[in-house]
Amino acid sequence: MKIHEYQAKEVLRQFGVPTPRGKVCFGVDEAEDAARELGGAVWVIKAQIHAGGRGKGGGVKVAKSLAEVREHAQKILGMHLVTHQTSPEGQEVHRLLVEEGARIAQEFYVGMVVDRAAQRVAVLASSEGGMEIEEVARHSPEKIHSVRIDPANGLAEDEALQLARAIGMPETAGTETVRVLRGLYRAFVEKDATLAEINPLILTADNHVLALDAKINFDDNALFRRPEIVALRDLDEEDPAEVEASKFDLSYIQLDGDIGCLVNGAGLAMATMDIIKLYGGSPANFLDVGGGATTEKVTEAFKLMLKNPHLKAILVNIFGGIMKCDVIAEGVVAAAREVHLNVPLVVRLEGTNVDLGKKILADSGLPIISASNMADAAQKAVAAAAKG
Amino acid sequence: MSILINKDTKVITQGMTGKVGQFHTHHCKQYANGANCFVAGVNPKKAGESFEDIPVYASVRDAKQATGATVSVIYVPPGGAAAAIDEAVEAELDLVICITEGIPVHDMLRTRYRMQGKKTLLIGPNCPGIITPDEIKIGIMPGHIHKKGRIGVVSRSGTLTYEAVGQLTELGMGQSTCVGIGGDPVNGMKHLDVMKLFNDDPDTDAVIMVGEIGGSDEEECARWIRDNMQKPVVGFIAGVTAPPGKRMGHAGAIISGGQGGAEDKLAVMEECGIHITRNPAEMGCVMQKVLKG
Repeated sequence: MKIHEYQAKEVLRQFGVPTPRGKVCFGVDEAEDAARELGGAVWVIKAQIHAGGRGKGGGVKVAKSLAEVREHAQKILGMHLVTHQTSPEGQEVHRLLVEEGARIAQEFYVGMVVDRAAQRVAVLASSEGGMEIEEVARHSPEKIHSVRIDPANGLAEDEALQLARAIGMPETAGTETVRVLRGLYRAFVEKDATLAEINPLILTADNHVLALDAKINFDDNALFRRPEIVALRDLDEEDPAEVEASKFDLSYIQLDGDIGCLVNGAGLAMATMDIIKLYGGSPANFLDVGGGATTEKVTEAFKLMLKNPHLKAILVNIFGGIMKCDVIAEGVVAAAREVHLNVPLVVRLEGTNVDLGKKILADSGLPIISASNMADAAQKAVAAAAKG
Repeated sequence: MSILINKDTKVITQGMTGKVGQFHTHHCKQYANGANCFVAGVNPKKAGESFEDIPVYASVRDAKQATGATVSVIYVPPGGAAAAIDEAVEAELDLVICITEGIPVHDMLRTRYRMQGKKTLLIGPNCPGIITPDEIKIGIMPGHIHKKGRIGVVSRSGTLTYEAVGQLTELGMGQSTCVGIGGDPVNGMKHLDVMKLFNDDPDTDAVIMVGEIGGSDEEECARWIRDNMQKPVVGFIAGVTAPPGKRMGHAGAIISGGQGGAEDKLAVMEECGIHITRNPAEMGCVMQKVLKG
């Protein structure tokens, strides 16, 4: 799960990481009031969307008067901010962060991820602040310093200090940097994060360390024990179809093709998308109905796929293991009846009770195109979509 | 012969008394020698009770002492599953197979840390389990699609493993052992660990390796295969069409920072002499061609 920058900063402050003072705003008047309250002569107006690259897209502006604060807030609120991480249509901005301006002497990067190969939390730090770390990794990997953390001890003071020195943080700011790194590590572990970045971490002109931007992603599997994080969820930032799917415990991701896929199991679902492509078609979505697909779940899955205006065919690919094919077939028939299917439906069933399942499909009187294996199914779906 | 498990393996089921545990324990017991293999369940609140004549013990240690079991399978819900693995490791079992899906990654980081230097091997979590056809099935896979034979199968996914197995069986090629290692980013045995066992198993002639986007385990395994493997390997990677940055169902299946893409994995595997296919419907027939030479 993703959260906004201002929320990430709030989380970090709870762990002793200093950030500029700021306030989240939903309107222009509110933004002006916030700037007045913060005081000072320079403010930064930052669009709050979940995607990165906001500055380049025009979503981050510096204001030197309250009039400028108003002007920028007016422009940014409601704009469709396009970045390399958004769709080409961009993401509509509903929230602003108004912050006091900071005098930047130097910019750094610090981040944490789960290193799956080492099976440890990896702390990354670089002197190249403000750039994307992937970019730094490509051009100057020697500028990225990292440590894998022993979970029993956490990030030790000397490890943090060595990182601070490695990235060229002046000795006078060493203590503050150690505090930031250890706070970030504690937040990462105690809040069940999967990614946390402060980019840039800045050294101010008066020699203090501040988190100027922050990003934290959380482990969906741990949300059951993090209600305070769930409360930060902003549904406006998520694909409505994916939000709808999650209500029914379906794993759904919209893609730009025209063949809807309904599959049990994530690996088989990806393989089904791949084989559609291989036979010249294009998948409209990834959809895993999971191990316990009920009639209700299958029906909801059909409804989701049919909301896609580009849809020209549906391919159901089920390898019934413990889940019996006759149960799936009944679900497919009931769903097809309920949703008034208006595109060709190709069904491939395999596994337990497959003959019974096929009979249910055949007896339904619905125009279902039956397929004998995965290749046959993909070819039939591609052909059906091409006709549509 | 087979790898990891056979008809004489004695199994403890952690989480046997829950709905999921009961359902799968029933099916595992029905399969081949299952009635003799599934000897104990664990639930601290239900010690002394039984399920389908399988006695329930208060702890893994008690169950091991009473039955001599060396392997456990876990169906405990996500919040308590990592602790269940810890318990099995503390009891010094040889092998733990964790079926549970949705364990928080930080729990697994702590559990894997605690496992360092311990003898216990871990399969999973978030996996279908292991089966040695006609001997024993430990997990949630459909037993009847399998056939005893000499092909090893190792895979990160559940139903895609069944797809590979189904194709092999249909073409008359049986399996020595099929291992689902699971779709989570932090897990126990990797492709490489299982591949080594297949290489040493006199009753495995060839291996199908099924991977997914995310991480670099397949590449690592491929390089080992290039330098060490004595047997042919057929490989498929799911997710050529998956967009970067999107998690495809499995927590481990995400392309991030330009790493873990399917095409890159396939390229490395091909360079390392693995017989790759880009068509998931052809895993079986590629294997057939390879074996015919």
